Amino acid sequence: MAPPSGTTTILPPLDRRAVLKESAYIAIFVFALAFGLVGFKTEDVPGGLEIVTRFGQVFVAALVAFVGRLGMILLREQRPVPVLWGSAAFAAVMLALLIGNLAAPAADLTRYLPFGSVVINWLVTLLAVVFFGRAVWVLRHRSRAVTAGREAVMDRVAARVQRSARVIGPLLLGIAIVFPFLPVADRWLLDIAILVATYIMLGWGLNIVVGLAGLLDLGYVAFYAVGAYSYALLATYFDLGFWVCLPFAGIMAAFAGILLGFPVLRLRGDYLAIVTLGFGEMIRVILLNWYKFTKGPDGISGIPRPSFFGLPFTRNPPDGSESFHSFFGLEYSPLDRIIFLYYLIIALALVTNFFTLRIRKLPVGRAWEALREDETACRSIGINPRNTKLTAFAIGAMFGGFGGSFFATRQGFISPESFTFIESAIILAVVVLGGMGSQIGVAFAAVILIGLPEFFRELQQYRMLAFGAAMVMIMVWRPRGLLAHREPTIRLFPQGPPVKEPKT
Amino acid sequence: MSMLTVSGVHTFYGRIEALRGVDVTVEEGEIVTLIGANGAGKSTLLMTICGNPRAAAGRIAFDGREITSLPTHNIVRRGIAQSPEGRRIFPFMTVLENLQMGASVVDPAHFQEDVDRVFTLYPILKERRHQRGGTLSGGEQQMLAIGRALMSRPRLLLLDEPSLGLAPLLVKQIFSVIADINKTQKMTVFLVEQNAYHALRLAHRGYVMANGQIVLSGTGQELLANPEIRAAYLEGGHG
Repeated sequence: MAPPSGTTTILPPLDRRAVLKESAYIAIFVFALAFGLVGFKTEDVPGGLEIVTRFGQVFVAALVAFVGRLGMILLREQRPVPVLWGSAAFAAVMLALLIGNLAAPAADLTRYLPFGSVVINWLVTLLAVVFFGRAVWVLRHRSRAVTAGREAVMDRVAARVQRSARVIGPLLLGIAIVFPFLPVADRWLLDIAILVATYIMLGWGLNIVVGLAGLLDLGYVAFYAVGAYSYALLATYFDLGFWVCLPFAGIMAAFAGILLGFPVLRLRGDYLAIVTLGFGEMIRVILLNWYKFTKGPDGISGIPRPSFFGLPFTRNPPDGSESFHSFFGLEYSPLDRIIFLYYLIIALALVTNFFTLRIRKLPVGRAWEALREDETACRSIGINPRNTKLTAFAIGAMFGGFGGSFFATRQGFISPESFTFIESAIILAVVVLGGMGSQIGVAFAAVILIGLPEFFRELQQYRMLAFGAAMVMIMVWRPRGLLAHREPTIRLFPQGPPVKEPKT
Repeated sequence: MSMLTVSGVHTFYGRIEALRGVDVTVEEGEIVTLIGANGAGKSTLLMTICGNPRAAAGRIAFDGREITSLPTHNIVRRGIAQSPEGRRIFPFMTVLENLQMGASVVDPAHFQEDVDRVFTLYPILKERRHQRGGTLSGGEQQMLAIGRALMSRPRLLLLDEPSLGLAPLLVKQIFSVIADINKTQKMTVFLVEQNAYHALRLAHRGYVMANGQIVLSGTGQELLANPEIRAAYLEGGHG
């Protein structure tokens, strides 16, 4: 593996033994991990369970890990040419097989593929493409310090993405709006999109508390639960509709936020996080044990579905009334309700986003940001930290409550089990990995963290590994979050345009 | 009537008595300095005036009205601005945003005028107005901290060691601007300093603090000439 000719850079010689050793370590590590996880599988057979072994897959995984590590080392050591050819060849073969398989399933090309799972095969192919791109990049920037360069490049990209949010935002919104009418949008994809949008909205809501005000909240799910139960209980006890209950749910959640806010006013950082964690659990335990009111672990079922301005999405409306499809003279389709739910959550998310963008430019939003940076300095310039914190908790909680109402109406059934700590953790992960305070970063993170694992459904219980892997990778490459770049805001003035260029 | 009257103030940090009955007055239009060694209680007095921590005993009055038990943000609203120890600017906000934060308690209609005034005092801040606070040099950060305090249109400006960690040339510049603010804007200044020489030359009057008590007071010139002060705070360095 001599350095390719034609370069003027003098490369230190490669210690082949060390390289092989490092790659072998990784291969052995993967082998040891995969042996138990992949090597054995229980399968239902008539009369009980049978253990099926898949040692072939284990060996393939180890081999892929070995080759992949080798490629990474070569790239790190500025020797991109073998990686270039190797990854190109591998990706070409894989793509040919995968596309061939899609085009002609009868030919049974899958037996030539390294892995049993289609998703993993695609993923490995994608990795090969990434290696290829990286090799090209290294080839063109041979003499530069690679790692430092990457950091700077990623930072610049992040800044550019943030700055071009004006363009990217509406573009993504456009895609989101036409999405249900694209041919690829089936029931399954729409459900995933609704789930992702829910987390985007919750992420934006929590972003107010964590990203803007800098108050680490590990109990955000409590407000989600309060919103969901507010709607469910109001709807089942008083027979109220979704649209009437939505503001109530938001108000209830906001009160819960203030309730949490008061005792934690003087706490910061870790201590605040612990108390909010406890608060989240308290709400869940109350819901679980107040049986007479909340039906405890049985949950609440039969929560009414939302209507389109009073028009229900049912096939056969009660006599004398119209439903959505008959009113508009459409063919009844069960997808109508899903599409409506999709637009509903998109609208709720947009309200959250618009509100946050707007409030960042108003005194209270700026006070949140100042509070995050330095509470003592805030006091010294006359900001009341108590009110500032309480408004952040209340408003963040309100959006959590809206999200909860949506959740209840979408599911039609809620129980305390839906509101465990892991939900808070996932929402927080979306905010932190997205880049605290960055709206578009949160959206990206939600797509990656929530959407990705859904595509790994066929891996069953191991699909959460994709969640973990995405988290680890973001933290390794972007320790401050995907898009950690704060755009300055200029406060809006009541009397006119903001001050940009003060005259002297 | 004095603008600021501190009488018999005791302040505790837990069980440690940091101020043991301090009496200080500041008249309108004056520059008054408080000097003393590390740990004498200078910053504690300044913080106590701002209500954080609160005085355990004694009385603090501003414009004849008691402010001893007001929360910090209300004290600021009364017209006392503070440039806290260690500058404490907002590092992720731009210079302009920092100044806007300083103007939180006043009518935004004044903003343009006040920003211009700060930029006239510190032209470098104007050049750097879109730069993040954290990327400024130490001296620029100090200017920003003072500028931010001025944005709240105070009547009394409290400065906590503005010369800390700055090069001698910058110290001179910071102090000459303080004199300038005092002269042109009729700003009353209460200055806590370790740099006794510069502070006493600048100030109309001075107090010397040791172990949480005022041990000496007089005009700046008197204190500068005082042999005890010379021995304790001035010899070997600034003089």
